[in-house]
Amino acid sequence: MNKEKPEYVDFAVTARKYKTLLTKKYLNRKVWVNASPYDIQSIIPGTILSIFVKEGDVVKEGAPLLILEAMKMQNRIEMPFTARIKKINVDLGVRIPRETLMIELEPLENE
Amino acid sequence: MSLKKNILALRQKKAIVEKGGGDKAIEKQVAMGKMTARDRILALLDVDSFHEYDLFVEHEERNFGMASKELAGDGVITGTGTMSGAPICIYAQDFTVMGGSLGLKHARKITKIMDHALRMKVPCIGINDSGGARIQEGIGALAGYGEIFYRNTMASGVIPQISVILGPCAGGAVYSPALTDFVFVVDNISKMFITGPSVIETVLGEKISQEDLGGARVHAEITGNAHFFAMSELECFDQIKELVSLLPSSNQQKAASIEPKKPKSKKNIENIIPADAKQPYDVREVIYALSDDSKFLEVHELWAANIVIGFGRINGETIGFVANQPIYLAGVLDCDASDKAARFIRFCDAFNIPIVTLEDMPGYLPGVDQEHAGVIRHGAKMLYAYSEATVPKITVILRKAYGGGYIAMNSRHLGADFMFAWPGAEIAVMGPEGAANIIFRKEIMEAEDEDAMRQQKVQEYIEKFANPFVAASKGYIDAVIEPSETRELLIHALEMSKNKDDYRPAKKHGIPPF
Repeated sequence: MNKEKPEYVDFAVTARKYKTLLTKKYLNRKVWVNASPYDIQSIIPGTILSIFVKEGDVVKEGAPLLILEAMKMQNRIEMPFTARIKKINVDLGVRIPRETLMIELEPLENE
Repeated sequence: MSLKKNILALRQKKAIVEKGGGDKAIEKQVAMGKMTARDRILALLDVDSFHEYDLFVEHEERNFGMASKELAGDGVITGTGTMSGAPICIYAQDFTVMGGSLGLKHARKITKIMDHALRMKVPCIGINDSGGARIQEGIGALAGYGEIFYRNTMASGVIPQISVILGPCAGGAVYSPALTDFVFVVDNISKMFITGPSVIETVLGEKISQEDLGGARVHAEITGNAHFFAMSELECFDQIKELVSLLPSSNQQKAASIEPKKPKSKKNIENIIPADAKQPYDVREVIYALSDDSKFLEVHELWAANIVIGFGRINGETIGFVANQPIYLAGVLDCDASDKAARFIRFCDAFNIPIVTLEDMPGYLPGVDQEHAGVIRHGAKMLYAYSEATVPKITVILRKAYGGGYIAMNSRHLGADFMFAWPGAEIAVMGPEGAANIIFRKEIMEAEDEDAMRQQKVQEYIEKFANPFVAASKGYIDAVIEPSETRELLIHALEMSKNKDDYRPAKKHGIPPF
């Protein structure tokens, strides 16, 4: 029942584009990105209690990387596969949100 | 003589307790822009119809200095009355009494009036304005909440249950409204959340205001927890009165019918929908052209706006409308739209309200976010709800009906009683462009001018398949009708369905995908 004519946009559903309005929720939706296996992200917000590695270290699969305390639980974040630590983006005692890129890895040269 | 004295004493005693938390606390409540609990009840019910019970109930807590505390009515007003002459049970939490906090006796007053509503088969309205559990009572408060949730569940589908959020409603308290059928919120007054801003900040370091976290707009627009949004308490009460007038008092009744009225809408129904299937229009215009007096009480107006649901009347009888809304997201089905429609369909079915479905949808919303949000299980709720419903189910296909969406929108295959289609309806497995690209792939690729060939094939597909006559030739559509005939046909179909008898296999309960 809008008095003024709304500004419709093109919106593709399968092969056809429709003129329509977008909802706020649709515009604010999270756009999916294919996360790299070399990015270690936080899956829960929390505080960094300890960091066991430093940049340049070659770390074996399963070795602890850091402790992320969240909801009163100390979560041990482990190395997903053997690789080198390229960059550490978090500091001790820092509170981080969900999906923070904590550590970046890089493959070993001989791979 | 002594009786007279007793009467005077009673009046005095009542006058004190009816003041709730006292003048100062009432002043504070009013300063917050809120009405008092008692005024709310009086504003909502018919004049002089309210009768209060359990006014003299007292709490029994002896710890933490509670022994000496007198809490008027233990912070909640309960009673019965009428709305437009129909009986109703009601309770209102009184924020002026210890912040409306819920202790065991407070909860027991609520469960008592709920039990009454369920036994008497009348709707129950709860007005929530409470700081939460009365911490001093500990487990007693938790027991109280649990007993309320249990009764909400028992009454679900038996009597209409309405929650009105007129203040804070936090922690466990939010689950009673969530279990009821309709939740009303008022801008700047209603606040609902499981964990409040202070907890979120302590634990996660995220700073957010109460309003941004769980204010009225958030629940009306983003979460879908609220069904009706109002700018003031009085507007909210008008919405409640209108809703209640459209509902039966229990699942054993039919909603009261009123004098039929012709639609007021002056719009020619044939001119509402653009011929070009890509152009939008407001589907509510179609509803206004079909409903008595062009009245329509929209539910969830702001949330999942790509589907429209709500109540109106046709020939004096309450009808539930479900309609795709092309002005938002082209009217696609998605997680929220399916969720919204499915619950509404189940409500209508539980309370003997026929469902009229107006279909114009291009399909499901494509996207990783939708797939990962579980559009499969959300979408399935709609299939379940329509299939399960035994009330009269009538569908009118206005324009597009493609693919899975065609099935979901109360198709013949899910048990529709009447299937009508307007002559411009496109009933097909998918949109003509997509279909032509697949079916005529070879021809298109081998053509000298691919685009010209594609256009030709799309046109061919539209003429041959994207129309209502293929479905009509198989009996999936009962009649292809002119738009101007729609209202008369709906009246007839509803009249025909009055004694509808439809059974489902005996079971304890089904297992819908929620």
